[in-house]
Amino acid sequence: MEAHYWWVIGGVLFTLLNTAAGLIWLERRMLALWQDRYGPNRAGPFGILIVLADTLKLFFKEDWIPPFADKVVFVFAPAVVVASVLMAFAVVPFGPNIVVADMNIGILFFLAMSSLGVYSIVLGGWASNNKYALLGAMRGASQMISYEVFMGLALMGTVVLSGTFNLGKIVEAQRGMWYIFPQLLGFLIFFIAGIAETHRLPFDIPEAESELVAGFHSEYSGMKFGMFFIGEYLGITLISSMIVTLYFGGWLGPAFLPGVIWFILKTFVFISVFILLRASMPRPRYDQLMEYGWKVLFPLSLLNLLGTAAIKLLIDK
Amino acid sequence: MFSLLRSMWLVFLHTFHKRETYQYPEEKAPLPARWRGRIALTRDPDGGERCVGCYLCAAACPVDCISLQATEAPDGRRYPSFFRINFSRCIFCGFCEEACPTYAIQLLPDFEMAEYDRQNLVYEKEDLLINSQGKYPGYNYYRVAGMAIEGKDKGEAQHEEPPVNIKSLLP
Repeated sequence: MEAHYWWVIGGVLFTLLNTAAGLIWLERRMLALWQDRYGPNRAGPFGILIVLADTLKLFFKEDWIPPFADKVVFVFAPAVVVASVLMAFAVVPFGPNIVVADMNIGILFFLAMSSLGVYSIVLGGWASNNKYALLGAMRGASQMISYEVFMGLALMGTVVLSGTFNLGKIVEAQRGMWYIFPQLLGFLIFFIAGIAETHRLPFDIPEAESELVAGFHSEYSGMKFGMFFIGEYLGITLISSMIVTLYFGGWLGPAFLPGVIWFILKTFVFISVFILLRASMPRPRYDQLMEYGWKVLFPLSLLNLLGTAAIKLLIDK
Repeated sequence: MFSLLRSMWLVFLHTFHKRETYQYPEEKAPLPARWRGRIALTRDPDGGERCVGCYLCAAACPVDCISLQATEAPDGRRYPSFFRINFSRCIFCGFCEEACPTYAIQLLPDFEMAEYDRQNLVYEKEDLLINSQGKYPGYNYYRVAGMAIEGKDKGEAQHEEPPVNIKSLLP
């Protein structure tokens, strides 16, 4: 039993960190594909060794801490994002019996950990002691905290349907029907909130390079910037895998492939959708984002929860 | 909302489009004939140098990257004793080509001039002279100009009338 867990933890960490690094390449290739270019195609087969080159480059860059920064927090902040996202992966069921922590409050744990990610942005922006970084951090904080609200509310639809917070059991409950069908609205809200939560385009307002240099990580360089980078890609992977777990039946799938493979395939599809979003969407204004969240998504997610619960009660009677 | 989904779909359709990139070192982009690239000194149809060392190119050059020294051959032809273009300064504006009265200096469709050593970007006359008439084949300055050189006296150029004897009163 003990040995099994070490294998799972090691395997999950290995897969995730490699996925996050591989996404550098994947994203650039797919963006290039959709812009009728090739993208990185020189180093190694299909240019995949760009990952290696990029990582080496990050390691050898000068790791500069601005003299005006709050040094302890400045160093600490990038680690938070990676740590919190990796922690959140602990509850994701990658396959039957392949889960680091089979918690009965899995969803709450996921929400808690993704909330902790806000600290990285806020602290990073604050410790940089730079006005653009601070503006980015402010935006990031309000955006992520707001969107967490309806992210949580949208999730509750699946919780109502399955009657459990345990992600593994939620997957099992989808044997009859994936929750995307009864919870289409919930899925859409969760997806939009997930984009905002990972502050990916089109909701990359904390970074907004056309307005804020690079937003909260303007002052970061070298591997500290790399940590934010990896954190972002891990975040995409996390949200994709949560979408798959909650709405697309997790590792369930026809038996000719093992569950893990189904999970990876489905997650990959959603990662691609994230990249497609980046390729096609304009960035909304900051106030538009907040307005959209609070005036549209928030009531919708409440309605969704209410409706789901009512129908569930009706059916159970 | 619909327009966002539509734009996502249209972007997705680009998956099946042809890619526009030239895979450069293997696949070269076709350069137009009037591409302003590497500067060369061209030659007459006879193989003689076209440049007559008039300094107009050096005067026209906005970055002063051309330097030369005119001299005269025993046969009466003017030519540059040295001709030097500093390509680390050159901005490939083509003003020298426009200024040149003898079509000698020409910009060619070639841009692959990268060097590891900056000094190698300074081209001397032997680097600049090419065995070609460039964009104006058949043009021979000394055959159309009225200047006398060895083997071609005054009045012997193409379409040139014999010189008028200004000392004579006859019509």
